[in-house]
Amino acid sequence: MGNIDDATLSDAQIIEQLPSRPPVSVTVIRPSRGWVPINFHELWHYRELLYFLTWRDLKVRYKQTVLGALWAIIQPVFTMAVFSLFFGRLAKVPSDGIPYPLFALSGLIPWQLFAYALTQSSNSVVANKNLVSKVYFPRLIVPLAAVLSGLVDFGIAFGVLLVMFVFYGFVPSPALAMIPLAIILTIFSALAVGLWLSALNVRYRDVQYTIPFLTQLWMFATPIAYPSSLIPPQFRAVYGLNPMAGVVECFRWGLFGQTGGSFALIGLSSFVVLLAFLGGLAYFRRVEKTFADLA
Amino acid sequence: MSVAIRASGISKRYRLGRRERYGSLRESLTRILSNPFARSKASQGEELWALKDVTFDIAEKQAVGLIGRNGAGKSTLLKVLSRITEPSAGEVTIHGRVGSLLEVGTGFHPELSGRDNIFLNGALLGMKREEIRRKFDEIVAFAEIEKFLDTAVKFYSSGMYMRLAFAVAAHLEPEILLVDEVLAVGDAAFQRKCLGKMEDVAHSGRTVVFVSHNMGAVNSLCTRAIWVDKGQIREEGPAQQIVQHYLESVREGFEIGNAKPDDKLIFERVVLKNRAGEVTTTFRGDEEIFVEIHYTARQKIPHPHFIIGVSGPFGELFTAAMTFDGITPDAIEGEGVIGCRFKPFLLLPATYTIVIAARGADGVSQLTASRYDAAFFSIVGLMREYGFDAPGADAVVSHVNAIVVPYEWQMPDGSVRAPRLRSS
Repeated sequence: MGNIDDATLSDAQIIEQLPSRPPVSVTVIRPSRGWVPINFHELWHYRELLYFLTWRDLKVRYKQTVLGALWAIIQPVFTMAVFSLFFGRLAKVPSDGIPYPLFALSGLIPWQLFAYALTQSSNSVVANKNLVSKVYFPRLIVPLAAVLSGLVDFGIAFGVLLVMFVFYGFVPSPALAMIPLAIILTIFSALAVGLWLSALNVRYRDVQYTIPFLTQLWMFATPIAYPSSLIPPQFRAVYGLNPMAGVVECFRWGLFGQTGGSFALIGLSSFVVLLAFLGGLAYFRRVEKTFADLA
Repeated sequence: MSVAIRASGISKRYRLGRRERYGSLRESLTRILSNPFARSKASQGEELWALKDVTFDIAEKQAVGLIGRNGAGKSTLLKVLSRITEPSAGEVTIHGRVGSLLEVGTGFHPELSGRDNIFLNGALLGMKREEIRRKFDEIVAFAEIEKFLDTAVKFYSSGMYMRLAFAVAAHLEPEILLVDEVLAVGDAAFQRKCLGKMEDVAHSGRTVVFVSHNMGAVNSLCTRAIWVDKGQIREEGPAQQIVQHYLESVREGFEIGNAKPDDKLIFERVVLKNRAGEVTTTFRGDEEIFVEIHYTARQKIPHPHFIIGVSGPFGELFTAAMTFDGITPDAIEGEGVIGCRFKPFLLLPATYTIVIAARGADGVSQLTASRYDAAFFSIVGLMREYGFDAPGADAVVSHVNAIVVPYEWQMPDGSVRAPRLRSS
């Protein structure tokens, strides 16, 4: 090369500034067998990608919709109105002494976070197949980003809930610490299901058709429109196997103090979430090597 | 010399349920594998070895070209090296940070602005946010999209889109760069720019593995080449030699064949012949070149416009275009052949690529996608055989696009001197 242009000059300067280059990383690629452990170091290394994918999902969604973030308010508020009319006013469903609209909304908000995160994460690997088949990165990032993007809508809807609180002259209970716990449980529940379904969805596209159906049935099995105190005591244990039952009660506990929930219910739900999450994680890791070939 | 990539015995197996008579391998794979019932049969069905026992070493700071026919396993090999797919057997050891570029614009989202996509694509390619920020202006300048930075990329022309996508990738600075056929897209100017950048990368002391059908590019960028054939290494060695052997093997013409379902025309095959009518891929620089396109018209197409172009290592050189001369067949239907004889002129020793395109009667609508790498040929011989006597002529020729027009020099003393060129 005859003359040194600007680019090579600046490269040379950079090398000068870094006399001791980091040791060369060594990667070994070989077929994996059976269960694959999670590479936390690598996940941490790719944390910025997690941020960018979450940010992309949000930005695209708000850009493509006319009402944008308003949807985060419209959905729970309208559902609350319908529930209040039919279940609260007409069917006279009890609500543990809380005004029915507030009661319903406090169930709907964590539920919608769950339903959104579950739907998005279950479709995530297939929706990002162009990435999965063209670039290497830890595949777990994909369902993770899908779940995290639901938190923004949740934040907005939570603001609406606070306004309702003021409107009804309620004071938040001292058990406020239960709220973050409920959010974490929601995220993990959604991720637990999302990991299973996103991996299965790659192989069996039938999965994506079952998701709306699944979330609809699941909603009625969750104490949103009715309190869990309505369930006969002898069946509460079985009821707690639905992790969202524990989550919704945990959330309400944080808002209104202990009403229908119990430590046993929340504990059982958390245990179920943990099992499903670990199972989903293991399954996802086991089959993720086939994503690029199948997606 | 230390080793950057050591691959030993890598194999990649795909399972096929049944043989498909049409459709691409990928289509049949997804169809069979996404259907649970067919899958249970598939496990005892046919196996396809995309790669079988592939072993090679790539030294640090070496630029290596992977060549071979479509479906030979080049891209699968690159996918294994970049960890996108796992090998079924074997082991690869890689020393250094790997950046792979299997497609330009991976992860580009049409709704997002150019600015947003730079960050997103950069992150996907493994760049840190800080690194992207530092190189942001450079990327934008390279892509020449300053004015449209905040416009959604769905409004970009395909040229702008390509430039931006390549610009991000070009500023990736891994120790080992894996590149797949990115140069087969975009217009001539874009390809030239990409090649220039690739050359910088290859000469900047980084390890580069480059899959391409553009033999000219392989020749000028790579020192070594690996020829992959039916999932195995057929031959490896100095790039010039391997490219030559590969081209000699493609005697019966270049198969193309893949078209989209709604394409009106399929390019089946391109055959190159010399003056004597023999099929060949090597010509002398002053010989005529006859290019035949074998096509299938899926319906009656009135007045189709064919375009045949020749590209050198650094971009398009010359074309014969019905869109210019207006000479079109009245109508075509079914199988047929259209040929173009490029009359003798002087083309210097290098490897050239045939570009083909077909348009409708309006001269604008595409009958099928243009092929920028439809076929290759090389011009053989030494420079002095063509009348260039300077001692260094053979060393210089691989760095220029070498179509020669008769010329003469006017010297400072007013005398006029012309080379005695052997062009007809």
